[in-house]
Parts: sequence; C-alpha cells; structure tokens
Amino acid sequence: MPSTIVLNGNAAAAEAVKQVKPDVVTVYPMASGAEMMGHIASFAADGLIDSEIINMESGHSAMSGCIGASAAGGRVFTFAASQSLAAMHETLFIASSLRLPIVAAIVNGALAAPANMIADHADSMAERDCCWIQIFSENPQEIYDNIIQAYKIAEHMDVRIPIMVAADGFISSHSMENVIIEEVGEVAEFVGKFTPFQSLLDSDNPKTIGSRDMSQYYFEYKVNQLQGIENSRKVIKEVGKEFGNRFGRYYGFFEPYKLENAEYALVLMGSSTGTAKELIDELRAGGEKVGLLKLRIFRPFPSAELREALAGLTAVAVLERVLTPGSAGGPLFNEIRSALYDVEKRPSIFPYVYGLGGRDIRMEHFREIVKEMKAGQEEVVETGVEVKYVNLREAND
Amino acid sequence: MISLKEMAKKEDLFVSGHEMCPGCGIPVILKIVLRTTKCPLVVSNASGCLQSASTNFPATSWKLNWIHTAVENAAGTMSGIQATYSSLKKQGKLPVDKKIKFLVIGGDGATYDSGLRSISGAMERGEDFVYLCYDNQLYACSGGQRSSATPMGAATTTSPSGNVLPGKLQPRKNISNIFAAHEIPYVAQSAPWIWQDLYKKAERAFETTGPAYLNVLNPCPSMWKAPANKSIEITKLAADTCVWPIFEIKDGTKVTVNYKPKKKLPVTLWLESQARFTHLLKVENNWIVKKIQEEVDKDWEFLISSENKNRTN
Amino acid sequence: MSLKNWNELTMGGVNLEPGSSLKNFTASYRSGQKPVFNPDNCINCFFCWVFCPESAIIVDREKITGINYDYCKGCGICENECPVKKNPKPILMVEEIVEL
Repeated sequence: MPSTIVLNGNAAAAEAVKQVKPDVVTVYPMASGAEMMGHIASFAADGLIDSEIINMESGHSAMSGCIGASAAGGRVFTFAASQSLAAMHETLFIASSLRLPIVAAIVNGALAAPANMIADHADSMAERDCCWIQIFSENPQEIYDNIIQAYKIAEHMDVRIPIMVAADGFISSHSMENVIIEEVGEVAEFVGKFTPFQSLLDSDNPKTIGSRDMSQYYFEYKVNQLQGIENSRKVIKEVGKEFGNRFGRYYGFFEPYKLENAEYALVLMGSSTGTAKELIDELRAGGEKVGLLKLRIFRPFPSAELREALAGLTAVAVLERVLTPGSAGGPLFNEIRSALYDVEKRPSIFPYVYGLGGRDIRMEHFREIVKEMKAGQEEVVETGVEVKYVNLREAND
Repeated sequence: MISLKEMAKKEDLFVSGHEMCPGCGIPVILKIVLRTTKCPLVVSNASGCLQSASTNFPATSWKLNWIHTAVENAAGTMSGIQATYSSLKKQGKLPVDKKIKFLVIGGDGATYDSGLRSISGAMERGEDFVYLCYDNQLYACSGGQRSSATPMGAATTTSPSGNVLPGKLQPRKNISNIFAAHEIPYVAQSAPWIWQDLYKKAERAFETTGPAYLNVLNPCPSMWKAPANKSIEITKLAADTCVWPIFEIKDGTKVTVNYKPKKKLPVTLWLESQARFTHLLKVENNWIVKKIQEEVDKDWEFLISSENKNRTN
Repeated sequence: MSLKNWNELTMGGVNLEPGSSLKNFTASYRSGQKPVFNPDNCINCFFCWVFCPESAIIVDREKITGINYDYCKGCGICENECPVKKNPKPILMVEEIVEL
C-alpha cells in the first residue's frame, strides 16, 4: 500500500533514491540539499540500501565519480546545487557524451556573486546545452515522482542520456507537504533493472572510453549523441503515462492548467506555479479567460507540443527565474517565442524575470502581470522585447 | 626479481602505434608498470600526453579497460569505478573472487597542479588504487608550459629565460612528501633507468591495500630539449646528481632511499644535459645554479636524515 | 581508410577494438636515422627491449632478433643503452634514405 507522509523535498528525494537503490551515490554538500544526502547516508548506515556512498571533496569530483561509477556499470545518483553544479560544468558534458544514464537532483539556487544559493534557475540554465535531460519539479511529490521516472527514462536503451531533476532551493527542498510514497516493490518493478551497455569491470572485453576525436570524428560523434536526447521525447511521454497508469499521477512535457478556451496564459516552471494557480482560480472564478502552463521538461524542449498548446492565445507571459545578460529575454522566453514563430496568428509574448536569489513572487505580482498582458502590446526596444522585472525595488526619478 | 627476458614474455597491454614523441619515457614506464600485476586492470587516465597520444579515435593503444574524463579528476573518476566494484560485489552482482586492480595515471600537471584535490580526496578516503604520475616536469601536451613540478631555473614557454628572468624562479613542489603526509601505505619515487626498482615498486603498489603513489621521472626530449637517444641516460644522471632521488615512504614515515650514488655529481652536469637549462650556464646566472645546488643538497640531506631517523626509532 | 559516418558510431563513441593503434605505422616519425641490428655480439641483455618506447624490438624465444621498422621512430635509445662495447655493436644507428 502506498503511504502518505509529510516530507519536505529533500526527504522526498531521499525516499525515491532509497526505492530506486542506486549502486553508488556521490556526495558533496551544499546547504540547500545536504539534508537529502544526509538521509541517503543514513539509509546506507542502517543497511537499508546497498549503495556505496562516496563523500567527495568537490562538486567536480562528485560528478566525476558518477561518471566513473556509471561507466563501471553502476546505477548512480548525486545531487548538486548552485555553485556545486557550476563546479561540475565540464564534467556534465562528458557524462552525456559518454552516454551515461546518471540521475542528479538539482536543488536550484542562485550563482554568486553575491553569495546566495536560494531558489534561482541560473545554475540549471547555465547547463542547458550540456545534453542532459532537464526536468523541473514544483513540489516534494513531483520531486519524488520525477526521480523515479528519471531512472526509467535515462536508462532506456534508446536514450542513455543523464537527467537533472530540478526543484527550487529552500522552497521545494524545504517545504513540508503530504507526499505519497509508493510501495517499494511497485517502484522497483516500474523502474526495472539497469543493464549497462558497457562496463569497465567487464575485463573480458577491454574498451577505451573517452577517446580523443579530432576534427575527423568530433562532429560525427556529437551528432550521434543527439540521438539519445531526441529519442527521449518519446520515452519521456511513455514513461509519464506508464507512471500514471500505475500510480495515478500522470506526467507529460508540461501541465496545462485551465488552459482550455483561455485567451491569456502564464508560462513558468518550478515552485511558484502553486501561487500562480491560485490566481488563475481566482481570475477564472471572476470569468476571466486566463490559464497557465507549467513547463516540466526544459530539455529536450517540447517546441511542437507547446506550439499546439499556446497557438490560439492572444498573449502569453513567460516568467523565468533567471537573468540572461546581454540577451533579449531569457532561455524560456526565447525558446517559446521561437516555437511560436511559425504559427499563423502569433500571441504576444511578454518576458518577465522574477524570484532571483529567492525573491518572493506573490498573488499580487501575478495579478499585475495578467493585467499588463491584457492591456499591453509587446514593447519592442532596441535589444528586442523589453524584459520586465517582478518585485524589484526601483527608485523613481 | 624478474628478468627482462621473463618480462618480455608477458603481454603488452599498451601497444605500438601510439603518437608519443620519439624518445618519450611514458611507454617505457608503462611497459614496466603494466607487467607487474596479473589482475585485470582498469585505468583512469587524466588528460595529457599519454591520453592524447594513445587514443586518437578510431585507434587505441590500450588493451585493457580505460577511461578518460578530464585533467583534474582522474582520481575522482576512479573513486566512482571502485565504488561500483564494491557495491556490485556487496550485492552479489560480481563474483566475490573476481579481482580487479585500479590504476590512475596522470602527468605532473594533472597530479601536482589541477588534480591535487581529487587525488588528496581519494587518498583520504583510503581507496584501493595505484596512482602513477609520469612526471616530465612541465605541461608538454599543450606545448611546454611551467607546472609546479618544473624545477628551478628551467625555461618553459610560460617561465622563459629572458634578459631579466632566468626561467622558473621557484623549486618544484615536493609532491611525494605531500602524499606521504596523507599517511597512505605506500609512496615511491622512481625512474625508468632503474627498471628493477620501478618494477618492484609498481608490484608493491599493486599489492598494497589502500592508496599507493608512484612518482616516476619521465624523460621528455621534446620539451627538455635533449637528444632523444639520451632519454634514459638523463634519468640516471638525475639520480646521480640527486636531482631525482629514488626512494620510498611506507605508512607516511618509513623512508628508504633505494639508490645512493657512489659519488654524488654536481647539478651542473644535469643542467648541461638539457637545453632548457642552457641559459643557466651564463655567468650572470651563476647565482641560480648555486641556489639549485643548495636546494638539491638540502632535499637530499633531509631524505637521508629521514631514513636514518627510521633506523634509530 | 574510410571514415565512419555519424550514424555508424557506437553509443558514447566507445572504442571496442583494443590495441587498434597497431594499424598506425609510426615509421614516418623517423628523421634520417634508423637502428640496425646485428646478432653477432648481442648478449641478449634486453636493455634495448625494455627501453624502447615503441615496443619495436623483436623478441623470439628469449632472443633479440631484430627491429620492427613499422613502429620504430628512430629515437636511438636502443643504441645508446646497448652495453656491448665490442665491434660490431649489436645495434647501430645508420643513416636512412627515405624514398619519397
């Protein structure tokens, strides 16, 4: 029988890991998710899991250890947040290039300077081109569900691409909510066994992993690698459906919320969606045709599906928790705008930046955004569309 | 002790056709080290000459399981490999009697400089691996830049000799002592010329449970600007001038000096053997030659006194 | 040599042909000199074998029998480390005329 327990995101992640039973877990502490790793280490200390826990001396080594462990044929897990994810940067490309199905929980946090580490997608967005699948979670239940699904997606033979399961640091990671924990046998059956396609421990079949490919081969290698992340589109959908059939909670690339017959929509990812949904409920009750789209999968970016979901709208406000200096809008805005370029009647698209370094975004802010979107047209400035900052203090002239 | 004839009968796990420079010491070191264990090996190789010149796809010179990730994390990568090994054994997914040895290889840049944190971490965790550093005293793969292993006075592209500077101003980092200070069971320094010593030390390193570190002088004719045919001979000169002492340290403290030159030669002979030091032979640079000799003497005396201390203890 | 296309590569570019560098002949590294082996005075000390970076010293039944010129890069370590003083020396570097 599944049980409902009050857990925060870190504890929910640890529960998922306990049930998925990775062979190796590498640890490098960061305040926002260290508790998760503490739980996992306790499971190992109590003999509840057979995982080897490696206490690494840096984030860089934590990911390097995952690469080694995975290349040796192990199922692996690690966690990173903010600076430690940035420290992993070069190894992330290596992990995906070697087609290692590593799963990492990312407790999203701001990048220094100034030092902060609280909810902010700068860390994840800086890694958006490293060929990892990026799943964003709203709350502890989703963190738990997404980690379980991540193993099934990453380890699918057509995919073999590592996955980051992200959640907002000190918000989703720390807020206590009811979380349904499924039966361990059910989870094990759902995820299945991990079959490595290569193992450094298979001494009868020596292999060279991580060759040097000069201009003769590098290009072919990288295009070959794309197959994994492209194939994942189908697998992500299948796994989300299969998860729903078994456990009752269905997942896709995104969650449309009251989007039917909507004329206006908010698009965002992560923990703030909860508040935004409240506002949508309120506005809908007042007869306004406003909906919401919570994006779950940022990589691979579901352009076709989003096009279909957003094409008929009058205007869309894209809210992102990241600053993209020197660019006309952030990554989410640019991707969505690009996805909608080909539709006949393009909605106006407004870029908003909110919540940097853990700054609150409340009902009144969402209300204001909807108001602006309904009133305005895209304001085109020299650099493209003008980005608006939510809940930012500004002195009047 | 095994004879060379017997050694030659063993399988080459690192084969010809690699792209190392003529006279390079790395393949010689590997020829000896890779023959010292019967167990299957997994190698984690840091970026550098060896990685680069042995795995130009679709070619590979390796006949064992080998992985390269980046420059500063070869030890951290191996930590993961070993953890999977332990975990799978614990779970009965690997036969209990299956034995694998784990060898991490890096150049001095990947060891003394960027990889230090990762190696230190793996040593502190007491992992069961051998770390082999092929130390040619500079970044050769990128064209000959200074590393913290570069000896005082050597000219590199980033510590050149010029009108006011005589090459590198600082002495090399004493990495063997740094790892010995981790109190790991075995640290040894050797060189290819004394192949029996290198063989014995590698054998001991593989037999050691826990971390073992081998620091091997790697002659680099291209970057040392020395004749390729003198590669091995130069490494002997390094020992005879005490520039590169041959010793081992067990459990962090028990020092044995395995080679003591009958007559300790002046460092000038070592400096004269390579054109990277040529500028030091000018009169105005006498002061640095003197300083180099002082450094070498100080380190040698310290080594000998450390050895004597064990005896008296 | 025909190059593989992107969709013909193994997953993760794993090289499953151990020792495939044997297909790379490195003779072109030689610049003007090559070692010549003469068994007459060879004492089979195997110094040339252990110190050859290219594993280009051919051994047959505990005896040195020659040089593998496919891989020899002409570094001359073998000649330099050969301890035999008696003439003719078992290994001598000689000028090599490269036919273009």
